[in-house]
Amino acid sequence: MATIDMNRVKELDDKCLKIRKDLLNFIYRIGMGHLGGELSIVEMAVALYYEYMNWDPKDVKNPDRDRFLLSKGHCSETLYTIFQDMGNYTMDYMVEHFETLDTAKFGMHSNRKYVPEIEISAGSLGHGLPIAVGYALGARYQKKNYRVIVMVGDGEFQEGTNWEALMAGGHYQLNNLVCILDKNKVQMTGHTRDVMNIDPVKDKVEAFGWNVIEVEDGNDVKQCLEALNKIPERDYAKRSKPTFIINNTVKGKGVDFMEDNYKWHGGGIAKEQLDEALADVEKNRMVR
Amino acid sequence: MAVQTTYDFDMMLSSAREAYGEELLAMAQEGEEFVFCYSDNVAESTKAGQMIKQFPDRCFNFGIAEPDEVGASAGLALSGLTVFSQVFGPFLPLRAADQIHTDIAYNDVKVRLIGTHSGVTAAGGPTHNDIADLALYRAIPNLTVCVPADAGQCKKIIRASMDYEGPMIIRIDRAGSPNVYADDNYEYEIGKAIETIAGDDVTIISTGSNIYECMMASKKLAEEGISAGVIDMHTIKPLDTDAIIKYANKTGNVVTVEDHSINGGLGGAVAETLCEAGFGGKFKRIGMPDVFSVLGSPDDIYHFYGMDRDGIYKTIKEML
Repeated sequence: MATIDMNRVKELDDKCLKIRKDLLNFIYRIGMGHLGGELSIVEMAVALYYEYMNWDPKDVKNPDRDRFLLSKGHCSETLYTIFQDMGNYTMDYMVEHFETLDTAKFGMHSNRKYVPEIEISAGSLGHGLPIAVGYALGARYQKKNYRVIVMVGDGEFQEGTNWEALMAGGHYQLNNLVCILDKNKVQMTGHTRDVMNIDPVKDKVEAFGWNVIEVEDGNDVKQCLEALNKIPERDYAKRSKPTFIINNTVKGKGVDFMEDNYKWHGGGIAKEQLDEALADVEKNRMVR
Repeated sequence: MAVQTTYDFDMMLSSAREAYGEELLAMAQEGEEFVFCYSDNVAESTKAGQMIKQFPDRCFNFGIAEPDEVGASAGLALSGLTVFSQVFGPFLPLRAADQIHTDIAYNDVKVRLIGTHSGVTAAGGPTHNDIADLALYRAIPNLTVCVPADAGQCKKIIRASMDYEGPMIIRIDRAGSPNVYADDNYEYEIGKAIETIAGDDVTIISTGSNIYECMMASKKLAEEGISAGVIDMHTIKPLDTDAIIKYANKTGNVVTVEDHSINGGLGGAVAETLCEAGFGGKFKRIGMPDVFSVLGSPDDIYHFYGMDRDGIYKTIKEML
C-alpha cells in the first residue's frame, strides 16, 4: 500500500477549496445546478482525478486510462470545474457554452459526445453501475489493466438496476471494478433513510459478493486516498471480489446553509447567497 | 432485376432465430471480433448455444435481468467492442426501455440488440407479446431497427451490422417461419425496401415473417385477376419513405401488415409518410388491434385478427 504524503494531502486540501469556490461561481453564473451533491463529491473527485487515477487531461482518450463513470450525472458540474482547473477549458468558455442550444458543449446532465473528458452520457439514475460492469468485462476480455470506477448516489441506489449489476459484478468477480457510493444521506425531498432506506448497505453489498471499504469522512481527501489505496492490484487475469467504497459525505459540504438540507439538491444560487457560500467554504476548509 | 421469392415454391420453413446464432457462430469461427450477451433463454441446442460453448470467453450471461444486460452491453461497447445482445421479445423494449434510450442510443454505442420472439410469436398470452416495441423504437433517435423477413435475410442483417455504425435493434420472431426469399442472390441494404412481388392494383407493405402471408394473399388475389404487390420493409428505421410513396402512387391502394399493434408501428409510419406526401388513395392497417390479445397459438391469433393470408385477402377485397 502506498504511503500517504502529507504535503500532497495539504496540496489536495487546497485544491478541494479551489474546486468548491470555482464550482459555486460556475453555478452562480449558469443559474442552475445540483450543488448539494456536487459539493459532497468534491474530495473523492479530487482524490481520483489529481492523484489516484491514471488519467491525463491532455490525453483523455488514451486507451489505457482509468475510466471514471459518474452515474449521478446531475453532478457533472463538479467534473467540468475540475476539467477547467486542469486547463482544458476556461470558466468563460464553459459559461458561454452551457445549455446554449445548438452551440452547447456543457449541460446539467453529462454528455460524453460534447465533453470528451466525460465517459458516459448520464442523468437517468441507476445506469452507471450496469454500464461499469460491462466496461470491466470488456477490459478483462481485451486484457487491459485499467480500472473502471463508477460513482453512484445513495438516493440513486434505490434504483433496482444497481442491485442487478451488483449481482453481475459479484458473479463475474470483476476485481477491476470499483463502485463508490456517495453517501450524503439526502435526496431530493428528504433524508434517504426516510424516503426509502438503503441501509444496512454494507451488509447488503457484502452479501452480493463485493469487498466493502467504508470511509468515515468522505469529505476528508486523506481518507479518500487511504480507501483508494486499498483497492486490489491491477491484474486483468485475476478474478476476485469487486470493490465497493461507502463514502460517507455531507450533502452541500462546506456551505453552512446547504449542509444536510434537501432544499439544496437542485437549483441556482443568488448573489448574496454566493458571497455567503464562498465565505463559508473558506471558513470550513480542512485544517490539519 | 426481380428477386427470387418462394411465391411459386412449396413452403420452406426456416428459423430466423436459429439463423442469427448460426451467423454469429460462423463469424466467430472466421475470427471476427465481437462479444455476445444473453439472458437466461438461449438453449444449449441452438446455434447461439453452440457459440457460447465454443467461445465462452466472449459470451456473457446476465440471467433474468434485462436492464442490466442492456446497460452492460453499452459498457462492453464503450470498451471498444462490437456487441450482440439477445433478449427475449417483450422484455427488451418493456423492461429495458430506459437503457435502450439512454445507454444504447444516446450514448451512441455499437450494440446490436436482438429481440427474439417478436409480436405474438412467443405464444403464452399478452405478458409474452411484443407488440409495442416498434412504437417505442420509432420515437428514439439514433436507433436503426431491422426486421428480417426470413432466416437468410437475418444472416444478411447480422453480417451487414458488423460494418454499420451506431446502435441497432434486430427484431426476430420465434421460429419456424416460411422463407420469403428462394436464395441469397439478392442485394440487401439496411434502409432500402425490397419489392418482392410487383403489383398494379394494391400495394401491401409488410415486415418480418408476415411478408410470406402477404405473398400468399397476393397469390390468392391473382387468381381473381387482382394484382397485389408486396414490399419487404425490413428496416423500420430509417424508413425507406421514397419506396413507400413510389409503390403507393403506383397502385393507389395501400395495406400494411405487421405483427405489432396497429398503433405506432409500421402501419403508423406508412400512414404518416403517405399523409404528408399528399397520398389520396385508400389505406388500411392490419395488425394487432388495440386490445390485449386473445389466448391461443400464434397462427390462430393471426387468423383471429385477420393477419394471415385469408384476413389480408379479405381486407383487400373489401377495400377495392
